[in-house]
Amino acid sequence: MVGSKKPWKAWLYLSPAIVLLLIFTVWPIINTVRMAFLEGYNALAVAGGKKFEFGFANFVNVIEYRDFVTCLKNTVLLCVLTVPISTFLALVISVCLNAIKPFRRMLQTIFFLPYVTNSIAIGMVFAAMFNMVGRNIGGKNELILTAGIINNVIEFFGGQAINWINKGSSEVANMTVMVIYIVWNALPFKILVLLGGLQSVNKQYYDAAKVDGTSRLRTFTRITVPLLSPMITYVVITGFIGGFKEYSSIVGIFGEKMGPTSNPYRLDTMVGFIYRDLANQQGRASAAALILFGIIFVVTMLNLYISKKNTHY
Amino acid sequence: MTDQKNFAVFEADIQKAQARQRVVRIAVQVFLYLFLIIMALIVIFPFYFMLISSVKDLAEYRLPVQTLWPNKIILHNYIEAFHTANLGTLFSNTLYVGIVSTILSLIITVITAFVFARLEFKGKNAMFAALLATMMIPGELFTITNYQTISNFLGLRTLGRELGSKDLIALGDWKNTFTVLIVPFLVSVFYIYLLRQNFLQIPNELYLAAKVDGTSDIKYLWKVMIPLALPTLISITILKMMGAWNSYMWPRLVANDEAHRLITNGLRTAFTSVEGDVNIPVQMAAVAIVSAPLFLVFVFLRKYIMKGVSRSGIKG
Repeated sequence: MVGSKKPWKAWLYLSPAIVLLLIFTVWPIINTVRMAFLEGYNALAVAGGKKFEFGFANFVNVIEYRDFVTCLKNTVLLCVLTVPISTFLALVISVCLNAIKPFRRMLQTIFFLPYVTNSIAIGMVFAAMFNMVGRNIGGKNELILTAGIINNVIEFFGGQAINWINKGSSEVANMTVMVIYIVWNALPFKILVLLGGLQSVNKQYYDAAKVDGTSRLRTFTRITVPLLSPMITYVVITGFIGGFKEYSSIVGIFGEKMGPTSNPYRLDTMVGFIYRDLANQQGRASAAALILFGIIFVVTMLNLYISKKNTHY
Repeated sequence: MTDQKNFAVFEADIQKAQARQRVVRIAVQVFLYLFLIIMALIVIFPFYFMLISSVKDLAEYRLPVQTLWPNKIILHNYIEAFHTANLGTLFSNTLYVGIVSTILSLIITVITAFVFARLEFKGKNAMFAALLATMMIPGELFTITNYQTISNFLGLRTLGRELGSKDLIALGDWKNTFTVLIVPFLVSVFYIYLLRQNFLQIPNELYLAAKVDGTSDIKYLWKVMIPLALPTLISITILKMMGAWNSYMWPRLVANDEAHRLITNGLRTAFTSVEGDVNIPVQMAAVAIVSAPLFLVFVFLRKYIMKGVSRSGIKG
């Protein structure tokens, strides 16, 4: 019971953190819930002395709003596509890295490289790789000077150049670019965690499997994956949380208009929706933020529940 | 006779099996390396593309089939990028915000973590649990209200307008200041948690001994706990600096003027157009300049980043 004679001292030390948390964390939680349940809440009108009714109109408004459905669809699609792909790839790469000796550190460093990058800046690099340079692309009198390095590669293997991100590009092409970029971005963290997990796995299990003559595939599915399941759960959960908050990687590639020039906001996400409403439609933005929180919460709990059922030891 | 013969056959079988095993093992290793090298090349290709494109002249970049090594290396793109994006100002703004917020944040984090690790008071555990619970909430939920808060801090702007006081209005309106980029993010629950766990590993007896000797809390913190927790503090410093470097949405929202713009926002604002006929070599040069400090941090301080990162799952 050290220091119990002077409890005020503890509170004194805590005061800077408490004051800042009250203003920038606790109040926002209360206020967001409040604004979400005041129908059509708008800070400008409040300043003009307007009063708002309590109700669920904001939520109804958000869900019925067509743009929100697009945002929700994009966000869920990106999550469902990128989380399994990146987790699987990271798992395979980690297992391979764990099975080699020379050059392991060097390869490990390379795989970690994308982590310390700026998602807007490198998004611009990806955009450049997929971008066609020329005049009137996607329109009449199209003149393509260079179709971009990725299309060069496709053409090299005998394929046809694809309009990935320019005017008139298809939604599938846009999504493909986003999935590639997000997976590329998500790999390093997942590899770091999974490789760390692999290195702490007891070697005895593998020796036993070897004695029994278990095949490599079986060893992988029956030993490696179950033993790694806590780490896999962890990267899947953080992956879903990150995925539901996807925003800046899309801004990196497509800019603030969140889509090709011909279809602005085609790739808008939940967070993008919240940011667009933030300055003048606080009620709707708050409702959307609460929905986002709800989704993240449910998905996290679901993941935890499933992993608990599937953890064998 | 037959036994000996059988034995010879048996031995030959074993040798054959061993040879086969060796071949399989080598084949597997070759396959592993092949796969890893291909993946590694894919992972670093964007960086390579950025670098080679940044030193090409526009005519070469526009060749129908892109060159994998520039025919002529020109560095002029870097100068042009530096002027176009006004990178000098962006650099100094970001450094200023990064350094000030890191120092203040470290002080608050250390003190708060110390209280939660060493002092006893009523409601401590409940309060710590409440702190941790806030980590689950997406930051966007805070942003909506924080945007209102900083536009009219504690209602001071409204009050100032009523009283006709310009000073009060200035106190209440934080938009386009460095304060707005620093203050709202000074307390990070995650860093407090990280440091508290670290502090808890230091035996309590040391603290009791120091108390008996009459050492003050602050002196004990400074002389014993901080040196022991230095690796964690370095991790926090790096992650915080990287956070300032990479933050985009909040700075864009609240400090989008020339004098306070941060680097990521500045980069995106300077090169709004990404598609069609744009001068990509200059863009790539700008991206390379912005990425360079991150690479330096990566090369020299990788250990600390990995340490902080593997426990957070938070980017930047």
